[in-house]
Amino acid sequence: MMYYSRLRLLGVAGICLIGVLLCLPNFLRSPAPSLPWRQIHLGLDLRGGSYLLLQLDLKSLEHDRLQSLQDQARQTLLDRSLGYRDFARDDATASLSFMPRSDAERDAALKAMQSLPPVVPNEFTTSEKDGRIVLTLQHEAMLARAREAVAQSIEIVRRRIDATGAIDPSIAREGDDRIVVELPGVSDPERIKSLLGTTARLTFRLLAPNPSVASPGSTMLEDESVHTQVAVQDHVDVDGTDLTNAGAVIDQQSGGWAVTFQLNSAGARAFANVTRANVGKRFAIVLDNKVIEAPNIINPITAGNGQITGGFNARSASDLALLLRAGALPAPLSVVEQRTIGPSLGAASIHAGIISLLTGLLLVIVFMVLFYGRFGLYADIALFANLILMVAILSLFQATLTLPGMAGMLLTLGMAVDANILINERIREEVKRGRGPLQALQAGFDRATGTIIDSNATAFLAHVMLFVFGTGPVRNFALTITIGIVTTLFTTLLLSRLLVVRWYALARPKELPV
Amino acid sequence: MLSRPLFRFVRDDRRINFMRGRHMGLIVSAVLSIASVILFFQPGLKLGLDFRGGIIVEAQTPGPADFGKLRAALDHAGIHPDAVQAFGSPRDVRISINAPEGADREAQTQKLVDGVKSAISAAEPGTQVLRADAVGASVSTELFRDGLLALGFSLAMILIYIWIRFEREFAISAVVTLVLDLTKTVGFLAITRFEFDLVMVAALLTILGYSTNDKVVVYDRIRENLRKYRTMPLRELLDLSINETLNRTLGTSMTVFLAALPLALFGGSTLTGFATVMLFGIVVGTSSSIFIAAPLLLLMGEKRLRKEAVAD
Repeated sequence: MMYYSRLRLLGVAGICLIGVLLCLPNFLRSPAPSLPWRQIHLGLDLRGGSYLLLQLDLKSLEHDRLQSLQDQARQTLLDRSLGYRDFARDDATASLSFMPRSDAERDAALKAMQSLPPVVPNEFTTSEKDGRIVLTLQHEAMLARAREAVAQSIEIVRRRIDATGAIDPSIAREGDDRIVVELPGVSDPERIKSLLGTTARLTFRLLAPNPSVASPGSTMLEDESVHTQVAVQDHVDVDGTDLTNAGAVIDQQSGGWAVTFQLNSAGARAFANVTRANVGKRFAIVLDNKVIEAPNIINPITAGNGQITGGFNARSASDLALLLRAGALPAPLSVVEQRTIGPSLGAASIHAGIISLLTGLLLVIVFMVLFYGRFGLYADIALFANLILMVAILSLFQATLTLPGMAGMLLTLGMAVDANILINERIREEVKRGRGPLQALQAGFDRATGTIIDSNATAFLAHVMLFVFGTGPVRNFALTITIGIVTTLFTTLLLSRLLVVRWYALARPKELPV
Repeated sequence: MLSRPLFRFVRDDRRINFMRGRHMGLIVSAVLSIASVILFFQPGLKLGLDFRGGIIVEAQTPGPADFGKLRAALDHAGIHPDAVQAFGSPRDVRISINAPEGADREAQTQKLVDGVKSAISAAEPGTQVLRADAVGASVSTELFRDGLLALGFSLAMILIYIWIRFEREFAISAVVTLVLDLTKTVGFLAITRFEFDLVMVAALLTILGYSTNDKVVVYDRIRENLRKYRTMPLRELLDLSINETLNRTLGTSMTVFLAALPLALFGGSTLTGFATVMLFGIVVGTSSSIFIAAPLLLLMGEKRLRKEAVAD
């Protein structure tokens, strides 16, 4: 197949041209924001920034659900006037159990439990053990809940991070219960870490009748304003989900910082009812199981707005307001992996990467010309086109390029010439065997193609596996090599072959320069 | 000037009798691999942060770093680092701490990194944090598992592919050779004390892919010659095939070597280890293509290869 149709010629030239055009946005500024200006993103290791891996606390999600299930179960038993005793909650086995009042009521109680509405399908099982009725949360269902909670959390995490003014953050789910946060340019992520590490569940609850000892239906919590333990009722009167706005202000009376909040109509009504019925009692403002303050209710508050004064400074008041505006997380998040690259190291890495890439390219180019003469030069042109096409495809997908990714590109370039070497060695052999130039070219290309495809297919498979099972830096490395194998097949099997064929058609040499 | 290649590794008509040294090659390779396996257990690999968990903070102080002062500041903050060492220039300090033990270790790990940062910037005002990594114990276990999984699956895919494209003898010889290559590289890691982390897994896989590629080309030629020279003794045929592909084998190794060399020289702390291991792997992979992969075929026996080539 030594003849290239015009269509094929235009096709190859067209692809190369498109490649060049797709590369251009990486070196220019977008002339207008509306244009589809696609660039390669630089990874955090190159531009500097922070990477945080957050883990949703599945145990806490389970704990909360057990608690609400317990409330539901008690209410249902009460509604059906079924008695029970010794209602126990076991977080370790994620189960609830109780003893029915009498054997006669056991079946009715079991039915009542089975009628409880699950939040997700097959959320819990009901069974009997040693006369007790046991409700057990199912792990699979809890994972489904976790996935839901992660989706909600991502929204809230985004709102919180946006409020800090971080530029171009990326927030994505990983696995069932994790969130990856990437913050380019943030070299000190402590504030963001503490913002994300706060659940920010705000509740308003009355203190227990005797605030110094825990009684049934109340829990001892730390009062941060006076650093003592107080008993706060478990029943939540008003919840932070009813909040519509919050802001940091300077308190007119004390001159210190305070956080004001505004409730929606449902919240305002509930707030009014509680404060009207409990004038003179203490009302605790609880944030994540810590009492910020517990003031006396002096007058009923009916307008649905209020103010929290809990020894804030400017930073902590505005952070709390920010958290309240963004909403509470469905479960606590904790940081399990953190990587921060300072801006100077990122710049040094880009420098190192580019120097390596250019030096490597130069060495390979020189070697090929020395080793294969004219055909080596054609291989070098194909190599250059290969680099352009790799950058073009990465730009097209707006992929992220990291330092290992750059290493992948360089190795691809080293291996890409392998195909040219195979072809050239074949042609040389055919010439030695006494074939004419045309037959030698023909046989060389045809015979080498099978070998090239075999050797690239194994590398392709290995790196696809690496991409699928790898994490972090490995994935980016595998991605660039996988893309590189595809572009290598194009540039060697089509482009460099085309160059050789055109040269042959124009020069009609008596012997080949191999 | 471009009309002729300026140099070749070996003359085209050169016929080197590689098979004569096959026992020697196999013995040397086996000894090196066994030594590497021993090194793998004792002293073992130096696990990187990805796989062992813990903290690394790299910082640049405004003047030459005063290690005593930094150690004292950390000690004062209640932090007991496992190593405070110099790297690169005298201003660069690396502080590493192993993952804390105990129930609350995940939260502890994350707290420590902030503590280290504030302690050193208080001790040496103007200190720039170059890098601060903290990997929790649970994450590092997962990363290790995923890394090994990727390695295992890649090896399996290569085996399956060669099995489908070639005969069984080829696939078995290839995988035996690859395992020998891989063990030597692991031995190299154990001797050089490069940290074994995720990037190193990628290096091992790339070596694996590259070495396979090399074997496929030689095997491809052996298969072709088996059909072409039906009466040539296998030993002679293997020698012929290796010699015919020798310029290609050396040429490609050279280009990959040249591409990886700048990374080893200027790639920075992240990539130097990676690229050095790559360079080692290229040398091992190339020599095993010549001295191990083909001799193994000879051991498999002439009859079986012939029969299948004829039946093909």
